[in-house]
Amino acid sequence: MTDDNSAPAVTLSNVEKHFGSFQALRSVNLDVARGERIVICGPSGSGKSTLIRCINQLEQHEAGEIRVNGREVGSEPAQLEAIRREVGMVFQSFNLFPHLTILENCALAPIWVKKLPKADAEAKAMALLERVRIPDQAHKRPGQLSGGQQQRVAIARALCMEPSIMLFDEPTSALDPEMVKEVLDVMLGLADDGMTMLVVTHEMGFARQAANRVIFMDQGEILESAPPDQFFANPQHERTKTFLGQILH
Amino acid sequence: MISTSSLSRKMNPLPFLARSFGSPINILITVVFAGILFFALPPLVRWAITDAAFFPAIPETCKSASGACWSFVIAKHSQILFGIYPDGERWRPLLVCALLIGMLIYSVRPSAWSKRLAWVWAGGLGLSWWLMGGGIGLANVESDLWGGLPVTLILTVVAIGLGFPTAILLALARRSKLPVIRLLATLFIEMTRALPLLSILFIASIMLPLMLPEEILPDKFFRALIALYLFASAYLSEVIRGGLQAIPKGQFEAGEAIGLSFAQLQAKIILPQAINVVIPALTNTIIVMIKNTSLVLVVGLFDLISSGKAALADPEWSSPSIETYLFITLIYFILCFGFSRFADRMEQRAKAPVK
Repeated sequence: MTDDNSAPAVTLSNVEKHFGSFQALRSVNLDVARGERIVICGPSGSGKSTLIRCINQLEQHEAGEIRVNGREVGSEPAQLEAIRREVGMVFQSFNLFPHLTILENCALAPIWVKKLPKADAEAKAMALLERVRIPDQAHKRPGQLSGGQQQRVAIARALCMEPSIMLFDEPTSALDPEMVKEVLDVMLGLADDGMTMLVVTHEMGFARQAANRVIFMDQGEILESAPPDQFFANPQHERTKTFLGQILH
Repeated sequence: MISTSSLSRKMNPLPFLARSFGSPINILITVVFAGILFFALPPLVRWAITDAAFFPAIPETCKSASGACWSFVIAKHSQILFGIYPDGERWRPLLVCALLIGMLIYSVRPSAWSKRLAWVWAGGLGLSWWLMGGGIGLANVESDLWGGLPVTLILTVVAIGLGFPTAILLALARRSKLPVIRLLATLFIEMTRALPLLSILFIASIMLPLMLPEEILPDKFFRALIALYLFASAYLSEVIRGGLQAIPKGQFEAGEAIGLSFAQLQAKIILPQAINVVIPALTNTIIVMIKNTSLVLVVGLFDLISSGKAALADPEWSSPSIETYLFITLIYFILCFGFSRFADRMEQRAKAPVK
């Protein structure tokens, strides 16, 4: 292991990414300390999802450097394997595996990637399902659960791999309003336990309550980065003010 | 009665009579079909049962009967089922049929699906090969003399059994990011699909011997088997590719994000879902493949149909071909319908909310 225990959890330096002729990320620089919780917001198409998807290499960056726990991130198989053990991800549309039960969804990666014995993996999965408060649904299939329940399972599934960093890509955007809170509560619980989190969201209540820092992105650039109090009370940038005006009413 | 029938049909199954006479259209349908049965059934029963010849199973029994000549099928069943396989050794193909059918029935239950099942099949097929061909303690029987049901079963089971995994690899290869692999898979699939099975069988049986030296030339049976296997792989792979395309991108991303390797992702997440999506189309293709095995008769192999034909050539009998083909039809029906029931169960299983 080349992990450096004193290195920041995540470092991005001059990261660039294009989709065709569209520039999704323009020379992005960001340091995330261990245990830090960052909320990323910005208008749609601003590059916030692309940014966190580059961290676990669901998208490959074209220039610049990304390091996770001091180790360089790239698309070599060994690099991919290492990065995905360290970084968990939760998607907007849950992406649970519909042909498997809730328990199987959670125990799959520990069994096949970490080679845990099945009983141990299932015990671990059950413990995490308890933590997200749905152990009684363990033997159902995802289609039988509500959106909020599915998203909590998705969080448990990611936690089963014991990641040190969690990425959330608009985790509450696909949910009915009454289910947003149950997912945010689980995320707040994670934050209390000191998990390093990068959260793309428009839930400014969550940002106020849990974030150490709020980042505003527009057109592939990080325009503003500040602790929540400062970010909401005294935004520096004109575009940040406009954006906040639009989403805070 | 008329107004309630459509409502209550959904709520509980009506008694047979109420369903048959529930509305003017139902009455009409019932009357028409009752009429057809009234006129068609008695002569059919007379032909097939009351006037038919059964025992003793000799040509004279049929000459005195005006109905079906089942005596022929009874007397010749062993030749229809096993072709020109040597007379004293027919217990061997019989055992092979019992073995293959037994293994098929055993394999239908999901609880039997494990690595052990692959070994059971490898052992069973090896045993079948030995029983059919002989060697080590059994008299040699060249594959030219094999015939009938065991030929149909072996061709079907091996062509589809090997064709299915090959088809999965071809489907994945055709979606590969590597251009060379994608091109090779596409080329193979398109070439194979563009040729009629008949011409592939002819190439395998007539042109291959011209091109290859005799020492390395596989025998006729093996060549036909390879032709059927390649044909099945190409067709099945396109069905599976259709299923792969139906899987949303998020499933791939979620699998990658929890650290699954390419092979794990395909085996645990993508393929099970993709195959569930295309069960009806797979069933269709496989049933067609079962029946396609009868085409091997054009290259001189004795499958079930050609053995039946050969049995009919006996001049002592009055060639009761309808009875013989009905018998063969029944066997094909059992094979194809049996498979279709199995596929139906798989579909129900995929739909069931909990295993």
